[in-house]
Amino acid sequence: MGTSTGSPQAPPPAFAIAPASRALETAAAWLLGLLWILPLAYAVWTAFHPAAFSTRFDPTAPLTLQNFANAWHAAPFARYFLNTTLLVTMVLAAQLVLGTLAAYALARFEFRGRDLVFALILLQLMVMPDVLIVENYRTMNALGLRDTIVAIGLPYFASAFGIFLLRQTFKTVPRELDDAARVEGASALQVLLRVYVPLARPVYLAYALVSVSYHWNNFLWPLIISNSVETRPLTVGLQVFSSTDQGVDWSIITAATLMTSAPLLVGFLLFQRQFVQSFMRAGIR
Amino acid sequence: MSRRAGAVTPWLLLLPALALLAAFTHWPAVATVWHSVMSTPKKSRPSRFVGLDNYRGMVEDEVFWQALWNNLIFAVGTIPLSIALAIAMALWVDSRLRGRAFLRLAYFTPTVLPMIAVANIWLFFYTPQYGLLEQITSAVGLPSHNWLGDKNTVLGAMIVVAVWKEAGFFMIFYLAALQGISPSLAEAAALEGASRWQYFRRVLFPLLMPTTLFVLINALINSVRMVDHIFVMTRGGPDNASTLLLYYIYQVGFSFWDSGYAAALTVVVLVLLALVALFQFGFLERRTHYR
Repeated sequence: MGTSTGSPQAPPPAFAIAPASRALETAAAWLLGLLWILPLAYAVWTAFHPAAFSTRFDPTAPLTLQNFANAWHAAPFARYFLNTTLLVTMVLAAQLVLGTLAAYALARFEFRGRDLVFALILLQLMVMPDVLIVENYRTMNALGLRDTIVAIGLPYFASAFGIFLLRQTFKTVPRELDDAARVEGASALQVLLRVYVPLARPVYLAYALVSVSYHWNNFLWPLIISNSVETRPLTVGLQVFSSTDQGVDWSIITAATLMTSAPLLVGFLLFQRQFVQSFMRAGIR
Repeated sequence: MSRRAGAVTPWLLLLPALALLAAFTHWPAVATVWHSVMSTPKKSRPSRFVGLDNYRGMVEDEVFWQALWNNLIFAVGTIPLSIALAIAMALWVDSRLRGRAFLRLAYFTPTVLPMIAVANIWLFFYTPQYGLLEQITSAVGLPSHNWLGDKNTVLGAMIVVAVWKEAGFFMIFYLAALQGISPSLAEAAALEGASRWQYFRRVLFPLLMPTTLFVLINALINSVRMVDHIFVMTRGGPDNASTLLLYYIYQVGFSFWDSGYAAALTVVVLVLLALVALFQFGFLERRTHYR
């Protein structure tokens, strides 16, 4: 499967298409596009207008940021942002370090049991920590880690997906580069850091984008294992906030919803191409 | 480098990752099976071996069957529709349509949003009287309907949300595959007098098969894993009509604190995932290898 991505020029049309059917298709594509953007546009409208206009569409309605201010002060969102930032940074750092070491061993060393080890690692692609919540809760409890940010991240530190992705990349590095560095007396670790890691930079970036958005959005496990303002990530904070405090004040809830998604959304709009390419690269196995 | 160091080095490199995988993937998977034949520890009575009691309870548990059935409907409703839409989206974004940059953005945006946020937005969208959906239907003159409060429509409403969230994500894999297909194939097909539909059915779709397999496996796993929206939108209700398996595990394990039964339910999910894996390696891998 090719990895060429996002090239804007479309191939010349091989089939003669009647103008009518072409127009029909364009209309269908746009209708679907508008449908896809509609719920989001509705949320944006509600969040940026006074509550009186939240469900009334009047182009002259005054714009306001008051809903965001209210939401920000109604719950400890600053703390939640901090928690999520700590969480995704910690998880990503651990995944990159552990994944790099393991991928290097699998890609460039011959040893007995390598295939078995690789298969055991890949098992995590099917049996994700997301479904092992009952046992992992028991373990965290036994370790005395319940309600800590470390406990939220720990089950994800070793990522089969990251190891797999880096292994594939390391395998494409020419052996000669490796040998040359070794002849110069570099140790295995030095070879890894000087030869392999720099060459895999685009893959690291792709993986980082996918990992950050996954853990920014993760909900179920953090919900179970965190129980206080000091550890709760944004997703859980948003859920606690919108289910208990606000009743049905949609202006404030949509403002809080957009606020928690904003960093990812803004990042996506700014780096659209990198995002799409990263997801694409990460998905092609 | 000495031979001995060479034999130890890979294991040292693998050690941290393997230790964590063992602790949080392999051990819990095995322990789940063990705990599923144990009773839930109570204050007065510690956990003891109960054989298949938890499973016997499961067979008689109507909520379990309902959750399993709901999950099946959820998967069947979500997967084919989102894959078909993903293919259409990819073909449109890859063609010379006007404004395809905007379309790609519109299709893909739901993917980057947290499911929790998405669920809030859709909850608002579905809200009786105020919600946008209600405003549209009442403008057309249709009667008011509580989409999430009705047993018959709640699962359908959830399926719509899941399709909306996933189709754009699957689209990019098809987009990548389409860009790897030579345009000369289309030209050759056109010269042979094939229609566009014939070209799609006989050439393009078979060539996209590996992508479809990959997307299908992802979609199957997601249909088991994706439950975040239930917490916001319905909490499994009304009357368990929108309970999915993983959500039920959460309820049993962390609302009713029945860890033995929750372990037995988790075993069911693990078996389902194993079936997906068997399906992938046994059946489909062989069929799509002609490329």
